[in-house]
Amino acid sequence: MPILAVREVVRTFGGLRAVDGASFDVEQSSITALIGPNGAGKSTLFNVVSGFLSAEGGSVQFEGRRIDRAPSHRIARRGLVRTFQVPRALTRMSVLDNVLLAAPNHPGERLSGLLLRPGRARARERTALRRAHELLELFRLEQHAGDYAGVLSGGQRKLLDFARVLMAEPRLVLLDEPMAGVNPVLGRQLLEHVLQLRADNGMTFLFVEHDLDVVMEASDRVIVMNEGRVIASGAPPEVRSDKRVVDAYLGAAWSA
Amino acid sequence: MSAPLLEVAEVEAGYGDALVLRGVSLAVSPGELVAIIGPNGAGKSTLLRVVYGLLRPEAGSVRHASEDVTGLRPEQLTRRGLNYVPQVSNVFPTLSIAENLQVGSVSLPRTERRQAVADMYEQFPLLAARRRQRAGTLSGGQRKLLAIARALVTRPKVLLLDEPSAGLSPQAVELVFEQLAAVKRRGIAIVMVEQNARRALALADTGYVLDMGRNAYVGPGRTLLRDPKVAELYLGKSTAASTSTSTSAPSGMSEPT
Repeated sequence: MPILAVREVVRTFGGLRAVDGASFDVEQSSITALIGPNGAGKSTLFNVVSGFLSAEGGSVQFEGRRIDRAPSHRIARRGLVRTFQVPRALTRMSVLDNVLLAAPNHPGERLSGLLLRPGRARARERTALRRAHELLELFRLEQHAGDYAGVLSGGQRKLLDFARVLMAEPRLVLLDEPMAGVNPVLGRQLLEHVLQLRADNGMTFLFVEHDLDVVMEASDRVIVMNEGRVIASGAPPEVRSDKRVVDAYLGAAWSA
Repeated sequence: MSAPLLEVAEVEAGYGDALVLRGVSLAVSPGELVAIIGPNGAGKSTLLRVVYGLLRPEAGSVRHASEDVTGLRPEQLTRRGLNYVPQVSNVFPTLSIAENLQVGSVSLPRTERRQAVADMYEQFPLLAARRRQRAGTLSGGQRKLLAIARALVTRPKVLLLDEPSAGLSPQAVELVFEQLAAVKRRGIAIVMVEQNARRALALADTGYVLDMGRNAYVGPGRTLLRDPKVAELYLGKSTAASTSTSTSAPSGMSEPT
């Protein structure tokens, strides 16, 4: 069973059919890339899958359960978490707290947890703190741990968003252009971390990306959208030589 | 060598207590294409903001055409021949292409505006064909071209660009870089911040690597591209695919004119 099954999803804005009957599967523990020209409907589809926009038609199943009517926070709690193209950080909160806030189930937050099992709440907090620092190290934000998130640059906010998503320990991660605006050397390291998380925890990734080197190197499967529909899908080499994909998206430079 | 058109000297700047630029210098000659690359948080965008008067430096100076312009407001700088294309929110989505260009042209004397807009249609036929279309309905690449045209309509001598290729599809990236090469051929100096570092250095006369708010490396774009230290620290490994993209760039783009 695929971890995510998108079926005939439709979403319009006024007269524009941004997503126009898109269907695809994402396999468990895979790294799947979603590519296509600007305006193909990729971000709208992300918004529908993560519950930030409702679908007007079709269905979305996550781990076998319909989620197309669920609100975004409930989808996130079920283990499907996303990043944003232009991320939102809590700017008047420290970088470290931004990451800690994303930790899954804080036992110390519920009165019962705090009163009945204070030891467990503390242990859980220590683990979360350790993991948060690890992530900040990885994303080269550790020297800003105590700073307000508001002082971070645009690229760094993007990295913070990515760190927050991983902190939530999701089973399916949607990444919206994770490499755009990220320095290529750091981008390379993040990619390795993604591959590691997949290998160690079986985490599944679906990402929108325009950097084709990253797409070709990292993904098991590539889904190509154009004008709101899926026009091709397959292993990276197949997709790369598909004439429809070259015409709609890659352009002459990639036809070799 | 002629005097630089734009000269940034020992600039320090930041937000609140956080100092982002810790003594950055930069010189741009007329018609030169300068690429600024470096890690996230190095201060690249902040440097552009200081040059364009969006952020007042705490120390150092910005000189344009041999005059001190440190602390001047953006609209004053635009009148003096400097313009800036931010990474996002750079067009009015609900206005048409024509209206966007007209709004852009208001810093020019009234009598020159119509001609300035017409010049943009000549340089960007793609925009001319869609002049009644709302900017919000353009594709990513077309929208970026409009943002660039909106800045060029003021007839600047220096164009500042913050990550022109970010978020664009490969075809759109080609389109934007081709147009920037054409802008440079018309003698307009360009200062661009880019994370597409290999591509930017291949096109640039001069590359600056910023790291931790300081100049780390400066040199001809091609020299930096070949420098193993720069490659290791800032460019990432080159794959076969990225090499093929850069070599298949249209001729004339990569050679400084």
